[in-house]
Amino acid sequence: MIAFLIKRLFHALLVMFVISIIAFAIQDNLGDPIQQMVGQSVPESEREALREQLGLNDPFLVQYLRFAGNALQLDFGYSYIFNQPTTEVILRHLPATLELVFATTLLIVLFSVPIGVYSAIRPRAWLSRFFMGVSIIGISIPVFLTAIMLIQLFAIGVSWSPFPADTGWGAWLNDLITTEGGMPAYGRGNPVPVFGTWATNFASLEGLTYLVLPAISLASIMLPLFIRLIRAEMLEVLQSEYVKFARAKGISLRRIYFVHALKNTMLPVITMGGVQIGTLVAYTILTETVFQWPGMGLMFLNAIQRSDVPLIITYLMIVGLIFVITNTLVDLIYGLVNPTVKLTGKPA
Amino acid sequence: MTTTTPRVASRWSRFRGSYLLYSFKRDLIAQLSLVVFIALVAVAVLAPWLAPMNPYDLAQIDIMASELPPFWVEGSDPTYLMGTDAQGRDLLSTILYGARVSLIIGFGAVALQALLGVSFGLLAGYLGGRVDAFLMRLADIQLSFSTLMVAIVVGALVKAIFGGATFSAYAVPLLVLIIGLAEWPQYARTVRASVLAERHKEYVDAARVMGFTSRRIMFRHILPNTLSPIFVISTVQVANAIISEAALSFLGLGMPETQPSLGSLIKSGFDYLQSGSWWITLIPGLVLVVLVLVINLLGDWLRDVLNPRLYKG
Amino acid sequence: MALLDVNHLDVRFALRRGDVQALRDVSFSLERGERLGIVGESGAGKSVAAFSLLNLIAKPGYIAGGSIHFDGRDLTRMSDRALRHVRGHRMSMIFQDPMMTLNPVLSIGEQMVECLKAHRRISTREARAIALRKLEQVQIPSPTARLDQYPHELSGGMRQRVIIAIALLLDPDIIIADEPTTALDVTIQAEIMALLLELCEKHNVGLILITHDLGVVSQVTQRMLVMYAGRVIEQGPTREIINDPQHPYTQGLINALPQMATPGSRLNQIPGSMPSLDNLPSGCAFHPRCGFVERADGTTRRACIDEVPGFVTSGNCRVACHMVAEMLERERIPAEEIR
Repeated sequence: MIAFLIKRLFHALLVMFVISIIAFAIQDNLGDPIQQMVGQSVPESEREALREQLGLNDPFLVQYLRFAGNALQLDFGYSYIFNQPTTEVILRHLPATLELVFATTLLIVLFSVPIGVYSAIRPRAWLSRFFMGVSIIGISIPVFLTAIMLIQLFAIGVSWSPFPADTGWGAWLNDLITTEGGMPAYGRGNPVPVFGTWATNFASLEGLTYLVLPAISLASIMLPLFIRLIRAEMLEVLQSEYVKFARAKGISLRRIYFVHALKNTMLPVITMGGVQIGTLVAYTILTETVFQWPGMGLMFLNAIQRSDVPLIITYLMIVGLIFVITNTLVDLIYGLVNPTVKLTGKPA
Repeated sequence: MTTTTPRVASRWSRFRGSYLLYSFKRDLIAQLSLVVFIALVAVAVLAPWLAPMNPYDLAQIDIMASELPPFWVEGSDPTYLMGTDAQGRDLLSTILYGARVSLIIGFGAVALQALLGVSFGLLAGYLGGRVDAFLMRLADIQLSFSTLMVAIVVGALVKAIFGGATFSAYAVPLLVLIIGLAEWPQYARTVRASVLAERHKEYVDAARVMGFTSRRIMFRHILPNTLSPIFVISTVQVANAIISEAALSFLGLGMPETQPSLGSLIKSGFDYLQSGSWWITLIPGLVLVVLVLVINLLGDWLRDVLNPRLYKG
Repeated sequence: MALLDVNHLDVRFALRRGDVQALRDVSFSLERGERLGIVGESGAGKSVAAFSLLNLIAKPGYIAGGSIHFDGRDLTRMSDRALRHVRGHRMSMIFQDPMMTLNPVLSIGEQMVECLKAHRRISTREARAIALRKLEQVQIPSPTARLDQYPHELSGGMRQRVIIAIALLLDPDIIIADEPTTALDVTIQAEIMALLLELCEKHNVGLILITHDLGVVSQVTQRMLVMYAGRVIEQGPTREIINDPQHPYTQGLINALPQMATPGSRLNQIPGSMPSLDNLPSGCAFHPRCGFVERADGTTRRACIDEVPGFVTSGNCRVACHMVAEMLERERIPAEEIR
């Protein structure tokens, strides 16, 4: 266990080191703090002096070490846009993103496991085929397009339908197609403050309605992915010798499905889950942009568009840190669930 | 010439007798997908000849005719079958040209990914040791950051380095580069895994004992055996690359609106969604979804056929 | 009626290109405490036979005809619930590869307790006590500790002992062992086989031993079946078949044993290989490899190529072979009539 943690810690440090080098390289090449600080009008000699004073003429390694030292204290400088320490800016935007990711994860876990398991147990049932069909369509629709369609359907509403309203079936189809709209699809509403910069959407019904469309959009690409993964893994496990043996022992099918098979199915799914957290965070950039959800993703896009280099760097470092932490946690969970892993980092 | 003819014939007959064709003939969805895919590629490639207008030609654009709806909606103009976008461009023509851009970037990026990923995967799998550790760690980090995130960051950097105007001018090759760099790990991992699986098989030992060089063993013996997974991934990756391009364009890091891909068309239309002009966004969106969907369906079918692991009771 | 009575069992696999018959017209019976060997090359249908006895054929396979009467009831017509009561309880099974048979994420204890609980109303504590006793019976070192271990912590031989313990948990009437030692190290094979035999004898458990090893069959079983391409081609008392095989295929199998070869000469192989089930030759499935299609006088026995042979009785054995049938016929006809 301790060996595992040390190994993971070492790995985490390595990843953070690589990210910090990239981040520093970005800062070194793109950010001209002098320009940002003093503007165009200041003469070159003064700039040079300032540059010297800030240590911008020091060797690369010295500068990097200074950068890394500051980074360890979570000091990445000031954001140009907000004129505040970048860590403060990030911290203010973090809860919105985390809540969105949490709601999405909840949707994914709640739906992917039952649907995936069902369509593996009954691969030929029409409902399974339906789920598989829907999930491949789901994978094929980009997140932002799902978001846009949800906005059209449930926020703006659909008032037009090609069917004649004067016939009975036409009116019925019209009712089916046209939607009222009215769902909130812009921003977070009025989240309830909890403490510090953290205000939550989970505390009120109104807050939850603001979460619905963004969370569904964000889940729309990951949910089908997990349904398909769980189904494929489960199908494979159900073919295994130990499942046949369990049947030969006279164990009930329910226990075979939900104890023997599911536990083995979930092992690769957990690993996959760890990898997909990264993708999920990447997709928050898209979802938050469409819904103007005031989280880190939207903030990051604004930072990119306005070349707020310190903020971009901080975002990368923080997101990298989140990945490293979640991946370590996922590995830890994997090790706890899978008895063949002795938590030494290698399967026995 | 005379020597090649029988070989071609035998290949053709081998293909005709193959399981691939057999299962294709029995799979209606795969057939439909292929037809739709070929049709889409054809109209996209032939866009300059098929499209009623040239959306890149400012002289043909009538700003007065902006935001006209498609033909089945009231207030439409029969000149513009699918309506017009906010700049008065004929939407149908713009979509055809946009699909062309999306496909070029999709295939280009996948070609680059495959080149990088296959070489790195072969190297890592065959040489092992430090090369392997380094390349796979790199792939791990990149994957844990997710390919889209890497593409966004690289895209943002490239745009910042070159400046918006230069970026727009060279958007197509740059996007190929960005998406290609972001997604090579998928290939590398798969190729490495198959190389590792093949490496310990007897025929490779035999080849080594017979004194063939590493390079010859790698390219003549191992690579052919990794082809079917590469083939399957490539299909999925084309779909992914098209989606990635669309996502980048939607974020403003991709194709400029003057030379729109499907993604940037969707983005430009999104601003007019609230005012009721849904077609500018949703019609290109539908084309994008159909394109990606048929590629994914073909990929699914290929995986079932070429990798029949699950079907061997 | 015997404890187990299999009659005209047909098993098919519904594949995309049509049905493939994996078992044809298989009939045999087993008395209480009796040990029966099923012998054949891989692909002959031995494992399919084993699984169909518990009605456990996986899709796309299905039992297309015939009956399996166990203790008077037909397993092919039983409800799933009733079948489950038979499986693991009255008839249990030992699989080929102990490395794959135990669930890697459940402890040995869990996998034993769940089996007991599936068939008896019993507390976990009692179940563990029984499990422990069975582990002791299969002579596993430090059995108490094993209960909480996971399969990967045990060697292949130990795992097969655990599987035997699981098979014995509910004191079944019959154990079906599908090549129980093939996947083990040669040194352990004999140990495991001896243990299985000893336990079966001690508890009067019937054994159906599926194997390609004629040596083991002759040591362990009282009666045997020889299978070829999904059919039984010879059955009877083990001793008689081993000492005086009638069917050319059985003869070939026995002659192919290394101890049957003259030292220094080549091993006696049966030429060719077994046909695949979806492309069986006409007539007797063995005829392309058989040296007796041609009679001694040089004429061809057309029946071998045209007709599927039925069973004829020779001594205590039943043999499906045209050549044997012809010879028996000739014996029955008085010698002068031939002249």
